Amino acid sequence: MLNIYCPICQRDCDETELSCGGQAHLIRRDHASSDKDFYEYLYERKNGKGIIFERWRHVYGCGKWFHTARCTLTNQVFGSYSAKEVQPPKSILATIRRSRVDFKGWVK
Amino acid sequence: MKRYSLSSIFTEAFRDNLGWEKAWTKRQPKKEYQIIIVGGGGHGLATAYYLAKNFNMTDIAVIEKGWIGGGNTGRNTTIIRSNYLQESSIGIYEKSRFLYETLSQDLNYNIMFSPRGVLMLCQTEHELRAMKRTSHANRINGVDTKMVAPEEVKEIVPIININGPRFPVLGALWQPRGGTARHDAVAWGYARKCSDFGIDIIEQCEVIGVKKKREKIVALETTKGNIKAKKVCFVAAGHSSVLADLAGFRLPIESVALQALVSEPIKPMIDCVVMANTVHGYLSQSDKGELVIGGGADGYNNYSQRGSFHHIEETVRALVETFPVISRLRQLRQWGGIVDMTGDRSPIISKTPVDGLYINCGWGTGGFKAIPGSGWATAEMIYNERPGKLASPFSIDRFSEGRLIDESAAAAVAH
Ligand SMILES: Cc1cc2nc3c(=O)[nH]c(=O)nc-3n(C[C@H](O)[C@H](O)[C@H](O)COP(=O)(O)OP(=O)(O)OC[C@H]3O[C@@H](n4cnc5c(N)ncnc54)[C@H](O)[C@@H]3O)c2cc1C
Ligand SMILES: [Zn+2]
Repeated sequence: MLNIYCPICQRDCDETELSCGGQAHLIRRDHASSDKDFYEYLYERKNGKGIIFERWRHVYGCGKWFHTARCTLTNQVFGSYSAKEVQPPKSILATIRRSRVDFKGWVK
Repeated sequence: MKRYSLSSIFTEAFRDNLGWEKAWTKRQPKKEYQIIIVGGGGHGLATAYYLAKNFNMTDIAVIEKGWIGGGNTGRNTTIIRSNYLQESSIGIYEKSRFLYETLSQDLNYNIMFSPRGVLMLCQTEHELRAMKRTSHANRINGVDTKMVAPEEVKEIVPIININGPRFPVLGALWQPRGGTARHDAVAWGYARKCSDFGIDIIEQCEVIGVKKKREKIVALETTKGNIKAKKVCFVAAGHSSVLADLAGFRLPIESVALQALVSEPIKPMIDCVVMANTVHGYLSQSDKGELVIGGGADGYNNYSQRGSFHHIEETVRALVETFPVISRLRQLRQWGGIVDMTGDRSPIISKTPVDGLYINCGWGTGGFKAIPGSGWATAEMIYNERPGKLASPFSIDRFSEGRLIDESAAAAVAH
């Protein structure tokens, strides 16, 4: 069972209290965008095997969205941060680097 | 290849079974092949098999990073049915079910196809309406299904509780020609025939890079060295995005863990497959007597091949409510597989942005039933260098073109 920190409630939550919203930091497209951009926004996800940054919602708690860094292979969680961030904060990247020497950093 | 037959069993019985051959030959890669299939699951092996059988192509390698059938093909709950909603889905799933009927004879390998019937319960008014619609769609497309009333459900499955309390059974969609087959045998049977055709089956060999020249594929880097190829097809289920990454493009796919479990073996108590989509659980009984149980997939992307514990609990809770008699059974084993989910819950059989590179993926929680049909259609696409009638609706373009093949209702519970 995943155990993820909600930065709003400031406590660890069980996976059953949360719901995952998929890849974080997507660029939101609207009807004025090109077909290719809109397709990417709707369907193309990184879906990598390794570190990912994703959206979670504390549905059975505060109801708020936040972001988390997690490894999709081991399910190790590296910490959460505010959904207002447009890219992963330095502190999270440093935490990841401490346990994953081969981590190449966040790519758009 | 020595044929399996009554007389071979008889002969071997008199010489301590010493004369059986290895089902397939384990090969080391050659420098170059006409076609390389990446992924030694059912879909990859079936693709290679139909390339040989239908198109006389045999300069082929099937490359598998682990062992044959060690992916989802050896981890699924083996339900075979074709009661889908959309015409294109019915086309490929019904072709597949039809091929399953004679696959044992075709492969000379007993895949234990058991058309014991698949019952999809309706436990809400909405589900009842949706299933009625599906049954009409099935009728129009020549798939033999019908709606049955609650009393008939009880007759087909005496151990079921149709009275609720939460979700009474309001009816069911019954496909008498659906059923199960032995999953390992499907992989092994295809591998044996491929090997017999002269196709190289290469295990313990992982693809770790893709070599391209002007957006055309030329070779694969593997843990057993570089192998050149004219055409390549990725058939890697949950790992498709990882391979696509190596080739420089992305897929509309997300990978999640899906779990199954079996109970301790007991005497025969249920002789068909029952799926309960509303409460999220399904069940059948294997020939060994174990109840084979499956439920929902994890709610977040992962490659952990384990799955979340609470999903198992939810699945079992739902089934105990539907089949109170199973409440005292113990669980024997549990496992997970990484399934490749698309937005419309339909597969992808398609060309890719890289010339000479094809892909077959997106079968998600329900591709075991599709192995023969999918292999058939993918072989046709690779040989002709364009998809045929069965495969063409499933191209990657359908997402940007808005031609989704929506099967989210037919695939409501993971199967
Ligand atoms: C728990 C569970 C229950 C299911 N129940 C059902 C069911 O009842 N009915 C049904 O129809 N379907 C069911 N499915 C779905 C079904 O199992 C799959 O859709 C189907 O088996 C996919 O077959 P495949 O050949 O595409 O993939 P796989 O069998 O997974 O084969 C892909 C292979 O590719 C290999 N590979 C990956 N990356 C590489 C690489 N880089 N290099 C070399 N090889 C690589 C893998 O090792 C793997 O062996 C279930 C799945 C699960 C997990
Ligand atoms: Zn919270």
